[in-house]
Amino acid sequence: MNAASRVRSKLATRTASLIALIIALLWTTPTFGLLLSSFRPEDEIKSTGWWTFFGTPNLTLENYQEVLFGSSSSSGQLFRFLINSIVITVPSVLFPLAFAALAAYALAWLKFPGRDWIYLGIFALQIVPLQMALVPLLSFFSQGVTVFGVTLLPAWELGEMQPFVQVWFAHTCFALSFAIFLLHNFMAELPGDLIEAARVDGATHGQIIRRIILPLVAPALATFAIFQFLWVWNDLLVGLIFAGGTAESAPMTVRLAQMAGTRGDEWQRLTAGAFVSVIIPLVVFLSMQRYFVRGLLAGGIKG
Amino acid sequence: MDLDFDFGAEQPKLVMLLLGVVAFLAVVGLIILVLDRTSRFTATIMLAPALILMTIGLLVPTIRTALLSFMSGDSQRFVGLDNYVWMFTQPEALLTLRNTLIWLVLTPLLVTSIGLVYAVLVDRTRFERLAKALVFLPMAISFVGAGIIWKFVYAYRPEEADQIGLLNQIVVWLGGEPRQWLLEAPYNTFFLILVLVWIQAGFATVVLSAAIKGIPAEIVEAARLDGAGPFSMFFRVTLPSIRNAVIVVGVTQAIGTLKLFDIVRTMTNGNFDTSVIAVDMYNNAFRFGETGKGAALAVFLFVLVMPIVWYQRKVQKAR
Repeated sequence: MNAASRVRSKLATRTASLIALIIALLWTTPTFGLLLSSFRPEDEIKSTGWWTFFGTPNLTLENYQEVLFGSSSSSGQLFRFLINSIVITVPSVLFPLAFAALAAYALAWLKFPGRDWIYLGIFALQIVPLQMALVPLLSFFSQGVTVFGVTLLPAWELGEMQPFVQVWFAHTCFALSFAIFLLHNFMAELPGDLIEAARVDGATHGQIIRRIILPLVAPALATFAIFQFLWVWNDLLVGLIFAGGTAESAPMTVRLAQMAGTRGDEWQRLTAGAFVSVIIPLVVFLSMQRYFVRGLLAGGIKG
Repeated sequence: MDLDFDFGAEQPKLVMLLLGVVAFLAVVGLIILVLDRTSRFTATIMLAPALILMTIGLLVPTIRTALLSFMSGDSQRFVGLDNYVWMFTQPEALLTLRNTLIWLVLTPLLVTSIGLVYAVLVDRTRFERLAKALVFLPMAISFVGAGIIWKFVYAYRPEEADQIGLLNQIVVWLGGEPRQWLLEAPYNTFFLILVLVWIQAGFATVVLSAAIKGIPAEIVEAARLDGAGPFSMFFRVTLPSIRNAVIVVGVTQAIGTLKLFDIVRTMTNGNFDTSVIAVDMYNNAFRFGETGKGAALAVFLFVLVMPIVWYQRKVQKAR
């Protein structure tokens, strides 16, 4: 390499690093500003920018206390919604995980008539946006099923549990098609000899699933679990429609959206509230990033 | 401040969670038990829960929504194509369609190009892992949370007061006047789009970075020996080699963008001429009692998404 081209390539590296640095800054500064603001006293958040903090450092936990536990109706009461989010999310991850794993196993390793057609049908269902299902599914819960005046299924009357069951049910239905597709991809790649050998030895499918399949597809299950966890935890639309809007059952996202709308200038609550909702998925995400990336590369992003 | 928070009131919810988990264990345990006892109907038993749920929760509702789109707002009267005529003729509906189109064009374009540039720039540098992690983090954040983060960046204070939003402060530092970024159409749509780009760029970076690492070293080496500079390297070697991955990223973004709801709903609620199809669908079906119009919008969304998803899965299979 001659001197001129060495200078040029060094310049190119410099410019490249600079552009990368600018992008990295643009991508982190907004979150940092929010995080820092959430610890500043209310009057300071509302009157000065967070960058002035470095001149007059002043931190407090009061915003978190108020937004989580404050009992006046305007304060957020976010802790109650946090509980709701947990109650909503756990079953909404478990149910589709188990049902999809069973279905994916059957579609990958059992031979029965119509198998390919069923798989194609499930695969095709991925193109249906969940918007297509919202109105009828809600009336399915609230009015039951009536065909030509004959009531096949009455309205669901589960009292206080109704909103939670509705959300679990909706999230499970909406996740299955993608989950089966993802898990089927992994299961189809397992060595067939292993399963054949177990069958010859007289193992039932229940035993094969427990002893052979589950340990082998555990990473795939983890991949789907983290996708579904992030999806459910961060979801607004399904929660809004099926979980109602009150502290009895609505998830945190619904509450935050309400606060951003009606109390859009109460930044001491909004910043702390947003950070509370972000911290749990962030921790899960960072600890399971490997599986998440693997899922992305395997073609998984939910439709 | 009043802090007598009632923790006891939250206990019934935890009981419900427990009930849900117990129900789950019972169902799965029963299925496994049956599978252990008999080897008949194995496939049926394994497929039944998923198939029944998808039929009740997705297939039948989809057909019903399609039918509802030809009915009046209260679903009592058949109105033919009225809802579709409304969608393609009324100004407020046309505005929604126009906004959706802007989103659809800009988001995949910006996400893919920023992700691609960033992936190339940080590839094989000392700080690659950290750099990718920083851009990737917003993927874990809810759209609602991201909406609040950016609403704060866009926050407005009158000219004589101190700015609390970063964007307006920068404008002021540069000698400009603070503006209400989210209120002024049509630019406000652009500021909403930036939020989605911010969330999704990490996805593009990770997928494209993996694709770049998959380019055979011999090809890169050969091009370098031929004296290719960084630009010709990018356009002649990198880009053609990862073409499929670029398409998958772009198409995935297009699908997500079409269904976008949370960001608009959180930041402007579709006001100030920022509505998009999914927000209009929700408002018509669940707030205005216009089920027919809501259903028609959902059907149109379906029709738009269908070919793109099909194409995406085809490209993925070819990969």
